[in-house]
Amino acid sequence: MQITPSDASALDTYSAEVRHQLFHYVLQLADTSLILGHRLSEWCGHGPVLEQDLAMANIGLDLLGETRSLYQYAAELEGRGQTEDDLAFLRSATEYRNPLLVEQPNGDFAATITRQFLFDNFHYHCLRQLLTSPDTRLAGIAEKAVKEAAYHLKWSSEWVIRLGDGTEESRQRLEKALAHLWRYSGELTTPTANEKALQSAGLIPDYAALLPQMEAHLAHVFSEATVPLPQGVFMMTGGKEGRHTEHLGYILAELQYMQRTYPGLTW
Amino acid sequence: METVEINLEEQFQARIDADIRIEPKDWMPDAYRKTLIRQISQHAHSELVGMLPEGNWITRAPSLKRKSILLSKVQDEAGHGLYLYSAAETLGTTRDQMLADLHSGKAKYSSIFNYPTLSWADMGCVGWLVDGAAILNQVPLCRTSYGPYARAMVRVCKEESFHQRQGFEIMQTLCAGAPVQKEMAQEALNRWWWPTLMMFGPKDADSPNTAQSMNWRIKRFTNDELRQKFVDMMVPQAEFLGLTVPDPTVKWNEERQAYDFGEVNWEEFWNVVKGNGMCNQDRLGARVKAHEEGAWVREAALAHAKKRAQKAAA
Repeated sequence: MQITPSDASALDTYSAEVRHQLFHYVLQLADTSLILGHRLSEWCGHGPVLEQDLAMANIGLDLLGETRSLYQYAAELEGRGQTEDDLAFLRSATEYRNPLLVEQPNGDFAATITRQFLFDNFHYHCLRQLLTSPDTRLAGIAEKAVKEAAYHLKWSSEWVIRLGDGTEESRQRLEKALAHLWRYSGELTTPTANEKALQSAGLIPDYAALLPQMEAHLAHVFSEATVPLPQGVFMMTGGKEGRHTEHLGYILAELQYMQRTYPGLTW
Repeated sequence: METVEINLEEQFQARIDADIRIEPKDWMPDAYRKTLIRQISQHAHSELVGMLPEGNWITRAPSLKRKSILLSKVQDEAGHGLYLYSAAETLGTTRDQMLADLHSGKAKYSSIFNYPTLSWADMGCVGWLVDGAAILNQVPLCRTSYGPYARAMVRVCKEESFHQRQGFEIMQTLCAGAPVQKEMAQEALNRWWWPTLMMFGPKDADSPNTAQSMNWRIKRFTNDELRQKFVDMMVPQAEFLGLTVPDPTVKWNEERQAYDFGEVNWEEFWNVVKGNGMCNQDRLGARVKAHEEGAWVREAALAHAKKRAQKAAA
């Protein structure tokens, strides 16, 4: 799991400001995959059918692997000697930078699938662009993760179609989930000030450039699912800047329980 | 007709005695088939229910590395469940039927999973002791007489030995850590020791099926033989960790070249088997809930597949 030691000279070429911006961006990506991975792991042992229990655990594991590479890199960028575990377990909810979508509760399988699809559609397309980032560490992490994300997107797309074009009940559940979660989808491609700075520096993808491909895939999947997309919904934002829904606090209470209860020990 | 039947039985036993594997299409006595369906499905159910006590700690694992390992281990158990349900299906039953039997309480699963996981050290004990006991039960099954079961077990055992190592490693880390961690490890051992000894089943004298299963080479060691092996293996490991097994009568017997140990609380064993363990209701309840709440998902998948097939045919 340990990623190759960084090319120290590459880190040194960044100004303190860029390095700080990158640190926050990498942290945001790490928080995102951690929180979604956590949500998926809540399904473990409770899935609707054994094969899908396995699939969700698999995706959770992929995200957790990506999380660890990202936190390790973030720790290096920060340069204060923190570890991946310090970053994951010892920050408060307002310091977490995941978008609101991924902290939303699992709900029923339709809600989990909808949340996953909306995320995967962004994640996959964003990782593809990160492959060519001049930041070689991010490009390296993306290279491994993009193969996994392609599978995740295939899986969640197929399930959106199956549920939409399945039974009346599955269709209603999918529509309900979409009506609830759609409001959190816009944040993924709405850049924060930090992201804008890194986009201008050419270090991370310009989300406007991702949109045509994301929208095309979204339209294709929901048309196959025979479910219309919501229109004119207000888009919620804030997670990427530390303003979260109430759900995150409970996630962190569980996630950080051991490290907070027994500080400074090795497990 | 009767002579033909006798010949088939004789031929069947001759194959067993010659250690030739029985395959799904081979003739087999009804009782052999039934015994195997019962045993393999019970084993599959144990994998499925066994996901729950460890699943209980995935969201609370103390480090990202431990979280990854634990999630991957619990996922392996789901995989084992899949191989085993498939192996049982070769005997003419279906996964739906087996699950219905689990949910109605007709089919059993390993009682060990009716004990609660209360601390992180339980993840160590479950891996080290519970998987350790499972391995002793399962390694001989790689040579069991029914081919599909034996082959499934080869895969299962490979992963189980990894699971056991990770459990032992959790215990090692705890025992080398702060006093509070070592206490946590000892407290967990105190709770898991006797229930794991129960995993080998009733005493030989009280195990009516053992003789027939041994004769059919479904089973290769008796319950008491395996229990003794387990104690002989685990007592030195506990000592190595600096922990004490909660049985003051444990003592090396030079003459037998084995450890003497105390009597399992059989009343507790039968109580848990009968449904009165701490978690029986919760474990089965969680499985039934997942199945019932998943019904609409399975129906949707079927309905969609049907629509696809109709479109393709049109």
